Amino acid sequence: MSPDPFALTCPRPLVPDTVQMAHGGGGRLMKELIEGVFLPALGADPQGLHDSAVVEAGGGRLAFTTDGFVVHPRRFPGGDLGELAVYGTVNDLAMAGARPLALAAAFILEEGLPLDELAGLVASMKAAADRCGVRIVTGDTKVVDRGKGDGAFITTTGLGLVPAGVEVHPRRVRPGDAVLVTGDLGRHGIAVMSVREGLAFETPIASDCGPVHHLAAALLEAGLDVHCLRDPTRGGLASVLNEIAAAAGVAIEAREDDLPVDEAVATACEILGLDPLYVACEGRMVAFLPEAQAARALDLLRAHPEGAGAAVVGRVLDGPAGRVTLRTSLGTARLLDLLSGEQLPRIC
Amino acid sequence: MRFVDEYRDGAAARTLAEAIRRRVTRPWTLMEVCGGQTHSIVRYGLDELLPPEVSLLHGPGCPVCVTPVAIIDQALAIAARPGVTFCSFGDMLRVPGSAEDLFAVKSRGADVRVVYSPLDALALARELPDREVVFFAVGFETTAPANALAVAQAKREGLANFSILVSHVRVPPALEAILASPQRRVDGFLAAGHVCAVMGTEEYLPLAAKHRVPIVVTAFEPVDLLQGILMAVSQLEEGRAEVENQYARLVQAGGNRPAQALIGEVFQGVDRTWRGIGPIPDSGLGLRPAYVAFDAARRFGVEGVGGPESPECQSGLVLQGLLKPMDCPAFGKACTPDHPLGATMVSSEGACAAYFRYRRFAPVEAP
Repeated sequence: MSPDPFALTCPRPLVPDTVQMAHGGGGRLMKELIEGVFLPALGADPQGLHDSAVVEAGGGRLAFTTDGFVVHPRRFPGGDLGELAVYGTVNDLAMAGARPLALAAAFILEEGLPLDELAGLVASMKAAADRCGVRIVTGDTKVVDRGKGDGAFITTTGLGLVPAGVEVHPRRVRPGDAVLVTGDLGRHGIAVMSVREGLAFETPIASDCGPVHHLAAALLEAGLDVHCLRDPTRGGLASVLNEIAAAAGVAIEAREDDLPVDEAVATACEILGLDPLYVACEGRMVAFLPEAQAARALDLLRAHPEGAGAAVVGRVLDGPAGRVTLRTSLGTARLLDLLSGEQLPRIC
Repeated sequence: MRFVDEYRDGAAARTLAEAIRRRVTRPWTLMEVCGGQTHSIVRYGLDELLPPEVSLLHGPGCPVCVTPVAIIDQALAIAARPGVTFCSFGDMLRVPGSAEDLFAVKSRGADVRVVYSPLDALALARELPDREVVFFAVGFETTAPANALAVAQAKREGLANFSILVSHVRVPPALEAILASPQRRVDGFLAAGHVCAVMGTEEYLPLAAKHRVPIVVTAFEPVDLLQGILMAVSQLEEGRAEVENQYARLVQAGGNRPAQALIGEVFQGVDRTWRGIGPIPDSGLGLRPAYVAFDAARRFGVEGVGGPESPECQSGLVLQGLLKPMDCPAFGKACTPDHPLGATMVSSEGACAAYFRYRRFAPVEAP
């Protein structure tokens, strides 16, 4: 204790000195990790952060992205690790407005993983790649000692071609844009949690795991002025809205009554004390475009089975930069904040 | 969603808010006891719908928030031991002890697991006979029956590798402490619906009579809360001080007798220290002598462990309704959910967490 009772007591910060689960949760701690460790060392894309980087190459523009996949369990209702690894990267390319060209896949396998299971995952990858019209053209395999890896980790890297004239980026989002989602929210996270935690629901919940590149293409090929696209994976829709609002320097308001959430997902979230707006999707897209084009965009999206549940869920406002609010079903407004880390089931 | 959507209906909420506005003639201060109610109020902006005469204070009913630092430190000490599998409800993991939280211990290799029920921890104890499985038994009367059940089953099965770290608290002694305080600002209570589903409403009768205070047992959805507020305001306007039950669809006057019997079999009343508030006599539950072999604090010899509370954290005032979260000088500055000074900032039922998450900026203008 300080002998001087008037000395300032500096609050003892609980800054963790080790990597914690919340550093991967898509919330504020992950943002701190990226801004505090990766960007200072590696430098940032001068274009600003997005799901894919766009690089000039011989007069054309290539979208370039990479993603590591570590889902547990590796097979879950509605999908598996293999197809997740393909769709995740194809979708990240599509979020830059790119047409996927080719993928690379790196496998980190744990000693003892059944070969049958690995073959199953690879077959899923092939089927998913065929569905997206993209080939897995190169790869790498490493095996680690038993106990040094959780069965199988897959990293995929994707290359895509950005068509001339297409400019899809958070910095283009502006007041007056409508916010669309292509389907109901929170399925993937709840589907995985239900098997991971051994929770059984009366209505089984399947992951939405799937591609959205054709939905992105439908909007772009129709000539709509798509300002930004983002897939609401880790951290869910709420985190996407926060990231975009901050990157574009705008405010965003979502309307609770318009947010599509499946009854079974809503019920599961209710029981577990989770908010579906923060739960991961793996086959959904959030689109920002001028409000006047929203109705046409909805028609285009709903023409595809994966976009049947598309809805306009909010709008971009000329408000304080980075502020995301939710207009509740009661007509009141509240903050829709970036979470600290992952959501935790509560006591009672 | 049936049985939920009806209680979140905007038209019903506005009708009730209007009825409150018509009923109220002078200022009244109500305290919602449970942190779940606090979150609902802030999340739905119910206070914005109320007339200016009605103020809401947030009460002590957040089990995570009132668990003293010393017990968190004991949990950290036990969890760090090799051979221990430490099980907890999720929102205890982020609560700071005097030096760190359970997440930090986990990241250094401790086996810390999130479970949804003490019975899951019991199942783990059966599955892992070579490990000591410890469950962090925190909570009000709501979680006490399931925790009692887990201990009773462990005893019946002779599961020697199962124990619980107990920090149970009871609502009525906390309300008595708030009402007896010279700084009392509360005119009426919205009592915690789920606590009363277990314990019934009868134990609140002496409190209402002694302190001349209306107590309305209230549920957690917006329409429930507004109806509870209307009932409490009506009592105050009419000069009544009764125990009323808004949550009649779940709460019976006698409560859940089998659950009470289970609590009585395994637990007994003990004095407990509340984080930020201090010791309150007979305000907690501890294991009876017949079950003391399942007391983790004793088994691991950590009873003396425990550091001081953060001097910057004013959660004690927040938990007694004496300070609004946003009026705390540390709110949003030295204290955030990422780097909390106290539990009220990280618990899913904590008042500071509710304000940080839903209300950090002034409310935006209506469209």
